[in-house]
Amino acid sequence: MLELHELTVAYGGITALHGISLRVEQGSIVTLVGGNGAGKTTTLRTISGLVKPKSGRISYDGAEISGLPAHQIVARGIAQSPEGRMVFANLSVLENLRMGAYLRNDKAGITKDLDYVFSVFPRLKERVKQTAGTLSGGEQQMLAIGRALMSKPKLLLLDEPSLGIAPLLTKTIFEQIVAINRELKLTILLVEQNANLALEVSNYGYVLETGRILLQDTAAALRENPKVREAYLGG
Amino acid sequence: MEILQQLTNGLALGSIYALIALGYTMVYGVLRFINFAHSDVLMLGAYSAFFLAPVAERLFGPQTIAGALFIIVIAAAICAVIGVLIEFLAYRPLRSRPKLTVLITAIGVSLFIEFTCQHKSVFGADTKSFPKLLASRDVAIGGLHFSSNDLIVLVLTAALLAGMWFLVQRTKMGMAIRAVSFNEKAAALMGVNVNRVISYTFAIGSALAAIAGIFYSMRAPGIDPLMGVQPGLRAFIAAVVGGIGNLPGAALGGLLLGVIETVAGGIPGVSNYRDGIAFAILILVLLFRPAGLLGKSMVEKV
Ligand SMILES: Nc1ncnc2c1ncn2[C@@H]1O[C@H](COP(=O)(O)OP(=O)(O)O)[C@@H](O)[C@H]1O
Ligand SMILES: [Mg+2]
Repeated sequence: MLELHELTVAYGGITALHGISLRVEQGSIVTLVGGNGAGKTTTLRTISGLVKPKSGRISYDGAEISGLPAHQIVARGIAQSPEGRMVFANLSVLENLRMGAYLRNDKAGITKDLDYVFSVFPRLKERVKQTAGTLSGGEQQMLAIGRALMSKPKLLLLDEPSLGIAPLLTKTIFEQIVAINRELKLTILLVEQNANLALEVSNYGYVLETGRILLQDTAAALRENPKVREAYLGG
Repeated sequence: MEILQQLTNGLALGSIYALIALGYTMVYGVLRFINFAHSDVLMLGAYSAFFLAPVAERLFGPQTIAGALFIIVIAAAICAVIGVLIEFLAYRPLRSRPKLTVLITAIGVSLFIEFTCQHKSVFGADTKSFPKLLASRDVAIGGLHFSSNDLIVLVLTAALLAGMWFLVQRTKMGMAIRAVSFNEKAAALMGVNVNRVISYTFAIGSALAAIAGIFYSMRAPGIDPLMGVQPGLRAFIAAVVGGIGNLPGAALGGLLLGVIETVAGGIPGVSNYRDGIAFAILILVLLFRPAGLLGKSMVEKV
């Protein structure tokens, strides 16, 4: 469904990605794990069109999408819950979710999807009128994922949903990520520093280090891989 | 009685400042810089009305309500286009540059418009008398005297401010403007065409400035290419006093400044210090509330 081919991305003179290639199969959860500064966020930002690649291709559903502006990529069915959540702190929870549905005009469908998001994250329903800036970190993460779902995407990009969140909430969020993948048959590309968590819920994984793909395998195999265990799973 | 009269006059003037201040604050909201050319758009609105007045008279007869509305709508549309063009030509190419670069460009655009318009083959530097758009009558309400024009301006401005509130708080485009104000990248990730939202913001702000320019000229002795500077400065102060980036704040700041200016102007010996008083208020407010009256202190966006 999504394929990156030899993608190179640079910020000014600093090259963040050195020709990475990866594939995300329809219906799967694929994870990209790697330490801080490995280039995970850059990868997602490039797919979403916030950063333009220096070279390489991004094909999605058989079409080349690199170079398209961000808003057109959303229109094609790729939504992102960005690193640091980036919820609109000045907007209410409901308005944030409506922003997610910005490109849609099907009222009935939007209402149905709102109900779905509330069923996945009941806490959002309780706080629907609240300003998003007053939510806890975990709740904001739920909102960021719910907001991304509201565009009715075919591919969901998640950037470190566990970042800075209490372990208990992280568990809930990851359970819901799996549920969303199953119930909506939604393809997910999950980026995580917490390799343990990520590999547990994924089908396939890539290990990224300083802008290069180091390893790739099924998630189960990666969890058994001694190198991965040593470097990312705490031995 | 006297003070009530002053208060109402102040509100009429202040509501005009409020209209201008909205443009400053909306542009600041989405782009984080002060569009110094905003006051010149106001002037261009007044000149548009100046040239449209004879057309309106031919179409609708002298000093008719339909004629006045025609002038206001067309002038607003002309200035909306001008505002969008200014952003497109001067600011958009600098979008990823430091804010200081854009700020200095804005000053450059402002001076460019002012001096171009002063040229004798454009408008000329002389003051022109502003045409009477509507016959003004004296209206007495409970011992207070108003010109009917002042009342119309007050009512129209109140309606425009209410309309703006509705637009920003209750429409999808308004929600997109607020989202872009908070985080442009996140808004783009929702499918918002950020450039279009910014153009839209300039269009609305400039249309309001044009209307404010016409209303301002109806009370002023005449118009000239530098006429935007004074009300522009006051409206800028109003926007900062209210909390830059905050729309109700801009309206509140505008009304406050209008009232203070009018009341101070009525006190013998003080009237010459009106601008000094405006700045003193600005400094006082910023000393105690650095983010302005209704502004929330936020960490500078990076
Ligand atoms: N906006 C930026 N400007 C310059 N360098 C950046 C920028 N964003 C990221 N980088 C650099 O790119 C590299 C990859 O960063 P990032 O993609 O954020 O990694 P990760 O998400 O894996 O922590 C890092 O070396 C980082 O310093
Ligand atoms: Mg990151």
